[in-house]
Amino acid sequence: MINFGFTVWIVLIPLIIFVLVGFFGNRFKPVVSGIVGTSGLFVSMALSYYTAYQYFFNVPRVGDAFQKLIAYNTVWLRLTEKLHIDLGVLLDPISVMMLIVITTVSFMVHLYSIGYMKGEKGYERFFSFLSLFSFSMLGLVIATNIFQMYIFWELVGVSSYLLIGFYYTKDTAVAASKKAFIVTRFADVGFLIGILILSFTTGTFDFITLTDPNGTAITQGGGIMFLGLSTMTWSMIFVFMGGAGKSAMFPLHIWLPDAMEGPTPVSALIHAATMVVAGVYLVARMFPIFHFSAPVALDVVMYVGAFSSIFAAVIACTQFDIKRVLAYSTMSQIGLMMFALGVSGYGEEAGLGFMASMFHLFTHAFFKALLFLGAGAIIHAVHSNYMNEMGGLRKHLPITHITFLIACLSIAGIPPLAGFFSKDEILAAGHEKSLFLFILGLTISALTAFYMFRLYFSIFWGKEQNYHHTPHEAPKVMTIPLMLLALGAIFAGLLPFASFVTSDGKPLAMHIDLAIAIPAVLVGVFGALTAMVFYRKETNIPEKISTALGGFYRAAFRKFYMDELYLFITRKIIFNYVSRPIAWFDRHIVDGSMNGVSYVTNEVSTRIKSFQSGQLQQYAWVFVTGAVALALAFIYLWTN
Amino acid sequence: MDILTLFIVIPVLTIIGIVFSKDHKQVKWTAAIGMGLQLIAAATLIILFLMERKAGNMAEMLFVKDLVWFPSLNIHYLIGVDGVSVAMIGLTAIVIFAGIFASWEVEELHKEFFITLILLSTGVFGFFISLDLFTLFLFYEIAVIPMYLLIGIWGSGPREYSAMKLTLMLMGGSALILVGLLGLYFNSNPSGGQLTFSLLAISKVHIPVEIQKFFFPFLFIGFGVLGALFPFHTWSPDGHASAPTAVSMLHAGVLMKLGGYGCFRVAVFLLPEAAHELGWIFIILTTISVIYGALGAVWQKDLKYINAYSSVSHCGMVLFAILMFNKTAMTGAVLQMISHGIMTALFFALIGMIYGRTHTRYINEMGGLMKVMPFLGVAYVIGGLASLGLPGFSGFVAEMTIFVGAFQNVDTFHRVATIIVVSSIVVTAVYILRVVGILLLGKINNEHYEHLGDAKWYERVSTGVLIFGITAIGLAPLWLSEMISGGLGPIIQRLLMASPIH
Repeated sequence: MINFGFTVWIVLIPLIIFVLVGFFGNRFKPVVSGIVGTSGLFVSMALSYYTAYQYFFNVPRVGDAFQKLIAYNTVWLRLTEKLHIDLGVLLDPISVMMLIVITTVSFMVHLYSIGYMKGEKGYERFFSFLSLFSFSMLGLVIATNIFQMYIFWELVGVSSYLLIGFYYTKDTAVAASKKAFIVTRFADVGFLIGILILSFTTGTFDFITLTDPNGTAITQGGGIMFLGLSTMTWSMIFVFMGGAGKSAMFPLHIWLPDAMEGPTPVSALIHAATMVVAGVYLVARMFPIFHFSAPVALDVVMYVGAFSSIFAAVIACTQFDIKRVLAYSTMSQIGLMMFALGVSGYGEEAGLGFMASMFHLFTHAFFKALLFLGAGAIIHAVHSNYMNEMGGLRKHLPITHITFLIACLSIAGIPPLAGFFSKDEILAAGHEKSLFLFILGLTISALTAFYMFRLYFSIFWGKEQNYHHTPHEAPKVMTIPLMLLALGAIFAGLLPFASFVTSDGKPLAMHIDLAIAIPAVLVGVFGALTAMVFYRKETNIPEKISTALGGFYRAAFRKFYMDELYLFITRKIIFNYVSRPIAWFDRHIVDGSMNGVSYVTNEVSTRIKSFQSGQLQQYAWVFVTGAVALALAFIYLWTN
Repeated sequence: MDILTLFIVIPVLTIIGIVFSKDHKQVKWTAAIGMGLQLIAAATLIILFLMERKAGNMAEMLFVKDLVWFPSLNIHYLIGVDGVSVAMIGLTAIVIFAGIFASWEVEELHKEFFITLILLSTGVFGFFISLDLFTLFLFYEIAVIPMYLLIGIWGSGPREYSAMKLTLMLMGGSALILVGLLGLYFNSNPSGGQLTFSLLAISKVHIPVEIQKFFFPFLFIGFGVLGALFPFHTWSPDGHASAPTAVSMLHAGVLMKLGGYGCFRVAVFLLPEAAHELGWIFIILTTISVIYGALGAVWQKDLKYINAYSSVSHCGMVLFAILMFNKTAMTGAVLQMISHGIMTALFFALIGMIYGRTHTRYINEMGGLMKVMPFLGVAYVIGGLASLGLPGFSGFVAEMTIFVGAFQNVDTFHRVATIIVVSSIVVTAVYILRVVGILLLGKINNEHYEHLGDAKWYERVSTGVLIFGITAIGLAPLWLSEMISGGLGPIIQRLLMASPIH
């Protein structure tokens, strides 16, 4: 069998580039940084494909199942006798799949950014951060233990913070980056507490030990009950909290739309294809524990996923900022992935949901990255983010137009594009669980098709606006990644995905059930056609509908007032009613009492010091008075 | 001469050198060279120590030297180090070295300034190597008293008030410590005979529980005052705000660690039963410190106040971890002392440098400084990220060790306290990012700032050394953590024996 030690370099190369570009980037022409970064990622990508090939075809399977391999492992920090944090490389079907996704999208984004960021200040800073992110994300997926995952989890968080706040002189960008970091940090505390409970209960951080269905971690059961739920359930709910924060699940999603303040390639890479699916990956990674030891937590995953999905889809229909539409769309699609994991069982056919979720993650990465990069090309051309300031762009941006259309068809689930296959599997998994969930899935599909084509028709059709200058197609370095990703969005679904990635590692036969596929396609077409009627030519139907919906429309347009709620909690309650009183309390009560002690000491000494005046008459007078008083007191006591 | 005494001799020689220096430049360079040698000595000590351990020398203390210097009371000059004190010496050497370069621009009475500063560091070094309680206390006072002069003479703002407040509160702490130490001394030999101040000798003695319970609060609170234990922390914000840069660095970076180290080495180690019985009170107080300091920092507008409250929170975590009474948490406590020491020194250095340029410390009066001083800006961001516990920096290592260690206590009381302490990391993120956002990012809101320069070479040396420290520990923590936990054997054993479950 081949030695997979080289996989360490997949992760280390971006790190080295981060350091090199970060320290020395400004000594060269900016474009050097871009080229160095892109070629580094190309090497990582090539190594990832080689790893995937070797892993899936040349590693002997045991009992038909793909094995989990530790390609590299070293102790980083020893905590107790049992617990130690390791850094290493774990290869299994999902981590290998993620390596492909991350390096591919990251390479495309690097390439695209060479053109997109041209002339921006801080070009080399951008590329060094991009490499830092790629390093952290790759380190996250190959983690051999949950603490390594947490380490890289925090690092992707900070890379995301740095990249959202890339335009750091813009106040909105600064606020957005801060919000993203703090909201995910809040979620990460949950994750950390989950890890602490889990490691204390099972005595290990190691993924292989933790997720082995016959291993001690799972067979020892859920642990003692606390507030009606087992320890394991609590720990998994806390762990999922971390995942929900990163993956922008309701109610921790509020940072994602604001994160669109970052440069568009960043949105494509971090906030569409890779980092935001880390939560899904986390649940998938821990799936056997969820399934065997904490089924209640898995239900939580399902409900949160389903609700977030429909919630975001509704909001996406009302937004005008094209990047925000895409952001809510991302949230909705990730909700679907979570939902699929939530309904999944373990092993064989029961694990369909797991496979579907990973499959959708895979295809989604291509078409969503494509959509964002396309949006970047559009914004580049018209200098606006708002679709009501766009229209008729299909003549000016032919390549962007075609690739964008492909992505829309793919996400809407039109066969034979990639999105159709993966979404079909998710619907099938939902159908197995209950009819209601299936209908919910169909509704989300219809909404998805509607808002995507609303976007498409508003941008490329409709009335041409008065642009400042005639929009022109992006340079080749930007359109080539678009075309390559479009290939992915078309063909990724044709891969026999279930032969590689399943819940228990054993290949699964994939088939299309017409009873599910036909309604799914029909609702997709219906959604797309409705959008066409509404937005292809300028009509007043959308306005009429929004007026008819009244309050509901306004609520959806204002994103159901979630931002206002958060502001209320953070600004009003925490800042004004907790932090401010504490500061006051500290200055006036705690410190006041310390000052009080010194004041009293001072006062007492001031009073006492007048006795020490040095005047003999006064001393004599005090002496005589004292003596008389004492004598009187004694006489009084004596006589009684 | 043995290597440990070197840590007293080098500063004393440096001071003499400064006395005979002619001008400002010579004074600075003498100080820098002296403290550079001290840094080299510290590095050598770490290497020698690790080599001895590797060679199998498992004695409790290494490089022990014992000289009688006041026979009638049996006071010795008894020195020696274990993994913990070696680590603390390393920290002190780094911070004082960086502190010299951060004070490069001190003009007023420069000779006296550097002499007092180095005298203070002598006290700190002496404190960490002492194994005799009396000598330890002596060095403690040598470290605390110069502070009064440094703040009172070279400080800013209401410096007399702050200096007085800080000194009086710390003196109050000293008084408690002295009572506690005398208590230990008079009970150091229950069977009658020669009384002793030797830490090692007392650690072999069993002091009756009632007596332990009487003296434990004196020692823990006494040292706790210096470690910013709630509610005795209020000297810290005012003291730091008025102190000159290098003094803040040394004070928050090292001096506050004397408190943590004393709680650990004297209070808990020598009075383990009392620690078990009374620990819960201090767990409550330290938990409050952690969360209260963090929340207090959110509202502040003065950079030094923010950092002072942040220190209350971080140092609270040190004392909290000590009270968890297990090896992991205590290793975390020492790691946190080192990590916070370097980190906070970095912050105070940067705050001083920024103040030197903008002449204000109010964050609302500044903005967009990243653009005009990228080096200082990036350094500040690095410090901030380290402070909020980002992996790759020392803060993460320390905090995670503490959390995992604290979680080994299974009862609900410890669990709740631990979870509160863990939650503080969100609040830390809030105030750090708030400062970074207002101070460094955004637009420049004052046109005068557009012409400010970036860091000078000596400022780069100062910050560079500290950044190197936090990153090196953050990336490769294993050797340090092993070295520290190796020194914790005796204290853990004593705590186990004293544990009520035992």
